[in-house]
Parts: sequence; C-alpha cells; structure tokens
Amino acid sequence: MQEMISIAQELLEQGKVGLVIGQARVAESAWKPVFARTAEQTGTLEHDPSGNLNLAVYLTKPDLKKYGNIALFADERSLRSLLRLAAENQVKDGQVYAIVALSDQSVKVLDSFAAIENFVQEYIKPIPESDQALIDRLDAMTPADRWEFWKKEFEKCTKCFACRQACPLCYCASCVVEQNQPQWVSVPASALGVMEWHMVRSMHLAGRCTACGQCAQACPVNIPLHLLPIRLGQEIEAVYGFRAGLKATEPSTLSTFKPDDQESFIG
Amino acid sequence: MNPYIRLLSKASFGKLVEICGQNGLQVCAPVQKDQQSGEQPSGNQCSGNQSSGNQSSGNQSSGNQSSVEFGQVHTADQICTDYVLTRLSAKEYVFPRSEKLFGYEKTKGNVTIRNFNFDAIPRRVIFGLRPCDAVGMIALGKIFNQEPKDAIFQARMERTTFISFSCTRADAACFCTSVGVHPGDTRGSDIQLTPIGNGDYLAEILTEKGQSIVDLDPALFETLPEGFKSTKEQFLVQLHPVFDGSKASQKINERFDTSLFEEQALACLGCGACAFVCPTCGCFDIQDESRGKNGVRFRTWDSCGLKQFTLHTSGHNPRDTQGKRWRQRLMHKFSYMPERLEVLGCVGCGRCTRACPVSMSISQSIKQIIED
Repeated sequence: MQEMISIAQELLEQGKVGLVIGQARVAESAWKPVFARTAEQTGTLEHDPSGNLNLAVYLTKPDLKKYGNIALFADERSLRSLLRLAAENQVKDGQVYAIVALSDQSVKVLDSFAAIENFVQEYIKPIPESDQALIDRLDAMTPADRWEFWKKEFEKCTKCFACRQACPLCYCASCVVEQNQPQWVSVPASALGVMEWHMVRSMHLAGRCTACGQCAQACPVNIPLHLLPIRLGQEIEAVYGFRAGLKATEPSTLSTFKPDDQESFIG
Repeated sequence: MNPYIRLLSKASFGKLVEICGQNGLQVCAPVQKDQQSGEQPSGNQCSGNQSSGNQSSGNQSSGNQSSVEFGQVHTADQICTDYVLTRLSAKEYVFPRSEKLFGYEKTKGNVTIRNFNFDAIPRRVIFGLRPCDAVGMIALGKIFNQEPKDAIFQARMERTTFISFSCTRADAACFCTSVGVHPGDTRGSDIQLTPIGNGDYLAEILTEKGQSIVDLDPALFETLPEGFKSTKEQFLVQLHPVFDGSKASQKINERFDTSLFEEQALACLGCGACAFVCPTCGCFDIQDESRGKNGVRFRTWDSCGLKQFTLHTSGHNPRDTQGKRWRQRLMHKFSYMPERLEVLGCVGCGRCTRACPVSMSISQSIKQIIED
C-alpha cells in the first residue's frame, strides 16, 4: 500500500502525470475516490486496494482531462475498462500509468497498453457467482416471467442516470436520451420511459461492457441492471468468441461490418 | 388544535392500518422492494440500512443503501419497521417522479385540452416516514406554494396524512441535528408514533388531519395508564451535530468564489441520484410527448447535478463544470432557500450521501465549508 503511494508520488514529482486517482474507504462497504494533483497534495493521498469503485470512469471526465497524464490505482476491473476505452480511441497509449498490486503483494507500474493487456490476461476474473446464479435463474424463466421480473425491477427506477454516469464506457458527450430532435427515448420515469432507457443502455453496451458491475453498484434503488449488458456480452461471446476489455486494439462487435459476416439470422 | 398524547398498542396499530383502508384511504408504508435474490426467503424480510442480507448480487456491495421503500400496504404485518430510512423519501406521494399535467388533441382549427383530473388523486395516509421527511414536506411546500401556487401539489398535500415514526436509530449518514431537525421533530407530521420497545407506540396527535384518523376509531388510542412515567425522549436516538447549521448560509455565501466547490466535486459523476432521493429537491422538467394529433404535457424530476439542467438552446451552459453544478446544489439548499423561502433546503436525512455512487457526503462538505 505504502509502496503504491510512493510510486504515485514519484510519478507526480517527476511530472510524468498531472493527476493521481485512488480510493479510500469511508464506511464498511463504501469508498470514495481520492485525487492528488501536486506533489504537495500527495500527503493526503490514500488508496485501499479492496475498494469497489471502478476508477476508470474518471479517465474520460472533461473536468479531469485537463490535468494531463493520469496515474491510476488500478485493478483488473478498471484495466479492462481502460483497454476498452483504448479500443474506442478514448485513451492514448502512455497517457495512463496503472499502479497495480500483484498476487505476491509486489507493486508494479503498467505504463503501456501492452503491459496492461498482459496483466489483464493473467488476472481476469469471472463474474461473481451470485450474478451468474441470478442470470441462470432468469434464463430458466419463461419469457413472461422474465418480463415480469424486469418490469418489477424497473418500477423502482427514477432515471437518475447513476448507472450511466458511473459506467466508464458511457462517456458520450451527448447521450441519446438527451437528444430531443427527434426524441428517441421517452423522457419520464414511466414504465415506457424506463424500459426504453434500459434497453438502449444495454444494447449500446452489448459487446462493449467489461462486466465490472459498477452500474448496479451505483444504482440507488438496487436494480441488478448490470446483468443486462453482461448477459448480452455472454451472447456475443458465444456467437463471436469475443470478450470486451482484453485488448487495446479489439474490434467493436456490433458496430463493425465485414462482407463475410454471418447472415443466417436475417430472414 | 392542541397536540395530545395517547397510547397505541401493537394490536391497535394493526387495526388502525386496516381501518384506514376500510375507510377508503390508500395506506402507504415502508416495504421491502427488492426481489433479486434467489436464496432469500420470501415474505416480509425487512432489512434496514447497512444490512448486507439483501445485497444479493456480488457486485452490489455499496452497503449504505436501504432496501426499504414506500409502497401500498393492506395490513400492518406488511410494514417494515426495521430501517433507518427508506431509500427514497415520501415526496413522491406529493410530487411524483413523473406526472401528466394535461393532455391535448389538435383538431382542425382547434385544440382540445384534457385537464388534470384532480378527482383521481387518492386520499392517502402515509405511515413510517421519518421526522426529517415530514419536516422536508414543509420545505417542499414552500417551493411549490410560491406564486402561482401549484394546484396539483396542493391537492396532493391536502389529501395526504402523514403519520411519522420518530427515530430510535440513526446511521453514519444521519445529521438532522446539524440542520435544526431532531429525531422526535413533529413539524410536518399529523400524528407521530414513537415505539416504546414492547411493540406499542406513544401517539402524538398533532393536527386536525391527525384527529380525523383518530376519529375513525377513537378507542384504539388509549389514555396513558395511570402512573405511566415514560417520556418520548427516552426512546429517541441521541444524535450529535456534525456542524453548526446556523453558520452555513453565511459561510457558503462567503466562499462562493473559491475553488472549494470544484475541489469537492472532482469526485462527482454528475448523476441525479442525490436530488431524486432528496425529500426537499423540487426541481422538475416540463416536456411534451405527442403522437400524431394527441399529446400530453408532463413534468418529471430534474436535477441540478445533470449537465443538461442549465444547457441553453444556443449551446452555452452557464454551469459548465461539475464544480459549478455542485455549488448550485449546496447554495440552493443552504443559501437561496433560507434567503427566499425562509426555510433550509436540507433536513439532514443523509439520503444523498447513502445514494451517492462515490460516497460524496453533504454533511462533510458543509462542515468543510464552515470550518476550513
């Protein structure tokens, strides 16, 4: 832990980065991000490697981009998000220094996409068992029961967009739900407006979602909405053999066209 | 009317819930709303704040969220009593998250308006809101009762009776005593119930509306037994103030031009969770939705934390950073509302802090503004 902070301090002092992002525990299971921008501020720098925030969300925030290169206290979750952001040209190689703890407790700085790719390959985790169990339970339901389950969950939704704002991959400067000429998605938090939002969100993340679960963690009303893009990602993996967030140069499954793509599903 | 105290036994409380329903009142109270766990036994599993039992998903580990929300009930055993606060406030009953204001139909050379149907507003009694929520109704009322008064809001308020439960517990996010509210505050409540440990309640009947609930079956509300020595206060939680709220307005005004707000808001993701769970946030957006010649105009909760909130048609955004948006949120609650409406826009419930995906704490932020 102290070693991680020392490395971050050094990176700041050497001017290699303009911002360090870590996270600190504020309650039994709640963490807040911690930011340091100058060598003087590193005195207040904290980091808890067990933190549940996916700090990659801050890599694309306009108010933070101005600080230049970023040192990120990272883990497999944030680094898969980072690789996906790289694949979508949102982060450039060399812009981010990922400070990670290895399984032998040693600390390493990953300063290139190649190094991050290697780390992710080695440390990739399956989704939590409880999530897979709920996916299996939903898969086993009849479509009518499944519809009822989601209808009931979405009744709780207030459209606060915490799910969108907490998602490292929801970085669009103008979200489709904010566009009103035409109005693609019904605005109110009504049955239709909520369902449309979650369908748009899930489809837009299908094949891009790196299954970090940050959206559900952010949800103030506990909707297990992370399961939708995760389940779609499993579908994509089954069809295309592709999992998002492993390579900085990976394709975009649902927005890339090739002449020899499968067409059997069309009529 | 002069408030007075009665004893409401556990059995009488159960009867009261049923009698309210039998008299055409819609009864709403804290209930368990989550259904995600397969292993969870069904039934009335009420878990309050900081409980891990309901956090079924491995990912959903941000543990400050309550799983209890207001919902319609028919019997007392459906009501959760083991909670610090419901995750959403009771404001939805007077200010729904989305509400149709009127409908319209365009015909040749004419427009027909379908006005808001006031008769469709149910008469409701809400059990189990906390004193902070009830006090919040006063602040919300001041917002909606500025001229011109909001007729729909008023009609909903008139048809709603608030039976609050005073607080015997608090959690780390609670800070009502910093903003002039306390765990047994009766402002905004029609009746307040204080659990006295054995399942019975001390009932304070506070308003005419509260009296009309008592009148449904006065026998349920017993005179305190001879020699009954307990006072309400001894059952309430003690909560020490986090900051001196009387200094907040002046201090926040003085610091308007400092970089403090930008600093505090570095973490802010720019969602609307804090505003939507807040019992006093009253901002809404008005939109039309139409199909062909038919349409509706509705209002829907809005939040100053969302970047689109102040976005002009020209593309200019006067609050162009999250720091400015965060400053607006704090200024509105701690400066503008006290100045213009003579009420603080914060009741210290701490919901925003519990709901925040990145644990931004409003009480710690105000404390920093006052003390730094």
